[in-house]
Amino acid sequence: MYKYDEYDQQMVDARVAEFADQVKRRLAGEITEDQFKPLRLMNGLYLQLHAYMLRVAVPYGTLDGRQMRMLAHIARKYDRDYGHFTTRQNIQYNWIKLEDAPAILADLASVEMHAIQTSGNCIRNISSDQWAGAAADELTDPRPWAELLRQWSSFHPEFSYLPRKFKIAVIAAEEDRAAMRLHDIGIQIVEKDGVHGAAFYVGGGMGRTPMIAPLIKDFVPLDDLLSYTEACLRVYNRYGRRDNIYKARIKILIHELGADEYRRQVEEEFAHVKSLGIDPPKAEFDRIAAQFAMPPLEASASDKVDRTDPDFAVWVDQNVAAHKVPGHAIVNISLKPLGGIPGDASSAQIDLMADLAERYSHDELRVTHAQNIVLPHVRKADLFAIWQALDAADLATPNLDLISDIIACPGLDYCSLANARSIPVAQKIAQRFADPARQRDLGELKLKISGCINACGHHHAGHIGILGVDRKGTENYQLLLGGSGAEDVSLGTITGPGFDEDGIVDAIERVTDKYLSERTDGERFVDTYRRVGMAPFKEAIYG
Amino acid sequence: MVEHLQADGEEPCVTLDAFLDQSNATAVRLESDEDARALIPFLDRLKLIEVAFPKFRDGRGYSSARILREAGYSGELRAQGDVLVDQIGYLKRCGFDSFAPEKDLNPADVEAALTRWPEHYQGAADGAVPIWKLRHG
Repeated sequence: MYKYDEYDQQMVDARVAEFADQVKRRLAGEITEDQFKPLRLMNGLYLQLHAYMLRVAVPYGTLDGRQMRMLAHIARKYDRDYGHFTTRQNIQYNWIKLEDAPAILADLASVEMHAIQTSGNCIRNISSDQWAGAAADELTDPRPWAELLRQWSSFHPEFSYLPRKFKIAVIAAEEDRAAMRLHDIGIQIVEKDGVHGAAFYVGGGMGRTPMIAPLIKDFVPLDDLLSYTEACLRVYNRYGRRDNIYKARIKILIHELGADEYRRQVEEEFAHVKSLGIDPPKAEFDRIAAQFAMPPLEASASDKVDRTDPDFAVWVDQNVAAHKVPGHAIVNISLKPLGGIPGDASSAQIDLMADLAERYSHDELRVTHAQNIVLPHVRKADLFAIWQALDAADLATPNLDLISDIIACPGLDYCSLANARSIPVAQKIAQRFADPARQRDLGELKLKISGCINACGHHHAGHIGILGVDRKGTENYQLLLGGSGAEDVSLGTITGPGFDEDGIVDAIERVTDKYLSERTDGERFVDTYRRVGMAPFKEAIYG
Repeated sequence: MVEHLQADGEEPCVTLDAFLDQSNATAVRLESDEDARALIPFLDRLKLIEVAFPKFRDGRGYSSARILREAGYSGELRAQGDVLVDQIGYLKRCGFDSFAPEKDLNPADVEAALTRWPEHYQGAADGAVPIWKLRHG
């Protein structure tokens, strides 16, 4: 994985010094909260309901054992002994003191980490496929391109006061594990006539106006990647709406202009921008790519897995995925234990995952947008030992992509924007479907919960989505069906009137019962929904 | 016509509309929603372009500045309005070489902000050599 050189380190160190100075001026009353707000936000520091929340960047979700251990250290020293992994492949700490923030950033910088641009109206942390570099189905590792974009977008002087936040994802497989088309820019590395290029999807997003990004350019030569991205951003910075925060994302601009007109403007800008020489030479890409080389995996490792222990066998079937090198596998660690808080991990659990990465996964971990953790390069022969260690730490729940593998935003328990709680609803649903055999029978079922219309819990993209709203002072939950954030991307449709906290759990059970009675062989929930439509489900829910 | 008087002896800036109408002015003010490219045919005779920042969060002026510098404008480029010390570094990188903040800035803070970053990741309009170029000589 990527290692900082002196330049990268110096950038992060300068940022720590800058923010320490800004905090000092704020605490001394030299700058107002209004002036301080965008500065702290660009360092990942939000003011939440009860305390400051710090969001730490995990670029494209990749980190090593030493970095993971630092995340545990921060949870232990500055927070309440746990952290929350997010849908942006980052980690958040919910109980931070403003005066501690500079020290935390300094601790992070000591392990090549930061909180730069994890918030604010700037280009956010670049996200990617959590199985990048390991997946059997990928064209190439997308992360070198993501790293190139990370450096280009860091402290970008023109694009630090955009109309609104800006999220970029890069993938390189047909299977989309990063919700690529629900980003402001989704880039897919593709192949044409034996040459790799980038397909640009621009103007996707969730929030209160969900949109699937249209294809703006099917093949951008990789030598033009940064110029083309810069052109996309410049058109947005100049013409994106600034009169209404809810209409300021690039998706609205593209929706209002139309994809063809936006493309025309980008092409015109690109013709100019390309002449500026902002694209690094291939040598720079090669320097970065060399650091993402496949670790030295044993080519002769055995494919055999001893499945004698039935619980272990269930976990292997559910949470272990195919690796591109024989004898190896990708381990998905569920942060969704029964009754737990989706995405939360204690310091001890974070340390344990760091240990396992160092011992069994060539010192590499990934954070997934579904709020789980991945050990990407594991020998199949080590799977049993890993499972035993995870099981002892309540990290071996065999529910990847099942109904209890719920994405949930922090909701009204933490967030100042929320209208309703998300966590208790996630816990009640997981309890209702606690029987593992029942979950496996339901098969792949992506359930996503947001506690407000801003959709941090990706409810639009859930096979089953839940949106918490405030209805006359009480929490009310709307139900959506048929969304997907994967390569079969789609937006969910609201079933009808909402429910209270227990009612929504009952409604979901009626939906899954209906699916079981309607499905044909091999159909996932979302396939059945797409085939039969909303009507039978509506009938089952509302009678 | 709205005039924005600057320092003593300086020609007042005219609005973009007025500039495009008349033409012998050498100083023009660009509001944040106006198209910098409208000035490109006239850059040779302009001595001052003032770009408005009605709110520091309104970042359109950064693109305006780069477009003007990229088109070869070499006169004074001034950021006027809600210009704060924490934006000065980015403004300079985008090509601004003078600042007319509504509220006075502490010179020591400005100096610290402008010298904070020894290098930069990306090329912009200030002539700084990007880090990738430093890496590869």
